[in-house]
Amino acid sequence: MNLDVLAGCVATASCFVTQVSTGLIVGMLLFLVASGLSLIFGVLGVVNFAHGVFYMLGAYFAFAAYEATGSFVLALLAGAAGAGLVGIVFERFFMSRVYGKDLLMQLLVCYAAILICDDLVKIVFGADYKLMGMPEAFATAPVEVLGGFIPGYYIFMVGMALGIGAVLWLGINRTRLGKIIRALAINPQMVGALGINTRLLYAGVFGMGCVLAGTAGALAAPVRTLTPGMGLSVLIESFIVTVIGGMGSIPGALVAAILIGLTRAFGAIGFPLFTDGLMFALMGLVLILRPSGLLGARTA
Amino acid sequence: MSNGANVTGRRVLLGGAAAGAAMLAMPRIAGAQAKVIRVGMPTILSGRVAILGTSSRAAVQYAFGRINEAGGLGGRTLQLVERDSKGRPDEAAKVTRDLINNDGCEIIIDGEASSGGFAVHEVVRDLPVLCIHTNSETSSLTADPKLHVKTAFRCARQGIHDAVAGGVYASGISKQRGLKRWMTCSPDYAYGRDNTAEFLEFAKMYDPAIEVVDQVWPRLFAPDYTENITKALQVKPQAMYSALWGGDLVSFIEQSNLYRLFPNVALFSSSLGDPPVLTAIKQLPAGLHTAYRYNRNYPEKPANTAFADGFTALAKHEPTNWAWQNYVAAQFIAEALKRTNGRTEGAALAAELKGMQISSGLAVEEKLTLRDTDHTLIGYPTAWGRTVPKAPFVEDFAPIPWSQILEMETQWKKQKGYA
Repeated sequence: MNLDVLAGCVATASCFVTQVSTGLIVGMLLFLVASGLSLIFGVLGVVNFAHGVFYMLGAYFAFAAYEATGSFVLALLAGAAGAGLVGIVFERFFMSRVYGKDLLMQLLVCYAAILICDDLVKIVFGADYKLMGMPEAFATAPVEVLGGFIPGYYIFMVGMALGIGAVLWLGINRTRLGKIIRALAINPQMVGALGINTRLLYAGVFGMGCVLAGTAGALAAPVRTLTPGMGLSVLIESFIVTVIGGMGSIPGALVAAILIGLTRAFGAIGFPLFTDGLMFALMGLVLILRPSGLLGARTA
Repeated sequence: MSNGANVTGRRVLLGGAAAGAAMLAMPRIAGAQAKVIRVGMPTILSGRVAILGTSSRAAVQYAFGRINEAGGLGGRTLQLVERDSKGRPDEAAKVTRDLINNDGCEIIIDGEASSGGFAVHEVVRDLPVLCIHTNSETSSLTADPKLHVKTAFRCARQGIHDAVAGGVYASGISKQRGLKRWMTCSPDYAYGRDNTAEFLEFAKMYDPAIEVVDQVWPRLFAPDYTENITKALQVKPQAMYSALWGGDLVSFIEQSNLYRLFPNVALFSSSLGDPPVLTAIKQLPAGLHTAYRYNRNYPEKPANTAFADGFTALAKHEPTNWAWQNYVAAQFIAEALKRTNGRTEGAALAAELKGMQISSGLAVEEKLTLRDTDHTLIGYPTAWGRTVPKAPFVEDFAPIPWSQILEMETQWKKQKGYA
């Protein structure tokens, strides 16, 4: 424990700014992945254990598009859309068959999807690690804020994630489609009885969850190495975020992701040997004090 | 009648038994006369470090292909039988037993990383075929006499050799440039911690002015290093040592680039010199210090270049550190088989390999040696060099004399109680 160093960092503007930005950088990618996980659970009532796969696919689709076109915008779109399309196919042909079934069956289907997708990626892209590289527009010196430094690409990444989160929240809470989706989460039979194609909605929501994971993968591709199986590491932390924030709550996922990010950033200064442990300790604390998560719906 | 019937019955029985014995013995006889010598390889062919196994496999296939094309060994050809351990020590032990007991492999090239390598080592203690470990760098595998297995050898770089070489090189730079404040950033598992401790031990021994101001230990296969990089910005070290490797190191370098870390901090890396790492990094900063892992221009010998070209044609990428180690192991095995006239018993091959020297384009001087005392490779390149943004990516290799490495290794063995 280095509490003196931690206190010194919090009291110093440059250190504080740098570490807060670090927390946001770490947290925002987690938020995108976790919000997709939360959306799928909130509406469909299933835990998508294969969610990390869509993060991986998003990264690889973006990599392929960037290699082919050199356009980062197209790479982002390819990552998001590609993961979403695969997600819809996965939902229609596999996940939809295990709705309401034993949890073990859902787990098996997801695990099979992970193994198959990891192998397919290996066949198509090879087993070695790849990196997309930083787009020219972001190859600039970091921005100085109160003596702290924040890279331009990370500012863009955090902004994108926050923007997507805001659009998602508005879409669910302020549009007719969002109203139908919320109704679907509560009473799918009634929504179906009103003549709305619930199968299409389920596929759409699942696909949207995968789009979020794919976008996270595409945003990560310039700075993180791409390897088959890379979804696993982000999946575990996303589950932690989802549990802390509350299963099914998008704002909860945002708050939890920022909390986890800040825990990692300041934990690295004050508790360098216990940074990972701090995340799990935080999750344990939330589970004890508020089992439904910080912003999750309380159960009776 | 009854006696005759008994005699006939006995003859039928004896004849049947003889025929049965002959049939049972056939596979053995056939095996003894087989033209193919099967060499088993447990290695990691799936998951995040699959390139370790795929490049090891390609190197042995390349070496065996050349030997077989040249007529084999006394008319017998070499065949590689590889199995995926998935990076799990229990699976490595299982597939090694299967390769020996069920697949007819008479020699094992252990292409496992250290965790699996120790498991394979214990299998070979039970089933004493010849085994050459080709990817484990953990020094104790061959340095600790308690772990000694008569038919097991190591044809790979070794942690203690790299630590001495790194310490000598880094201390020279630190004295020259006054780099006193050091930080480390290495993966949080046995290899990362041991490697870092050994490097610092020798760096401080040669330059006592070195002070370690902070150490960070990101977990193995962490996707993001931002918190470690920003901590370095706060600590402001003059130099940093890292035992990160593979994709983790690529991420670390690229993420550090975003903060412009390296113009202000001199990086010393144990693994940056591996060609897959160097080629994966899109913006390789100039002037980073790295240990040799493999380079087609060093040692500067035609045989090294020929190996690089041949391997690249087969594997479609430059050789890795694991590739050259496996290629050399295959050469040692071929030479041992030549000397035993094709006999594959573990003890016979081990007797030939003890102290064996072969001329190699991958030797620092003329020959590579499998040292007789502890069955480990010496004479390989341990130089350090500096990065340049374009191919060949590492230049100005500064060799460390093997005499100095061996002297320090002897002292280290005494400290550890190994000698």
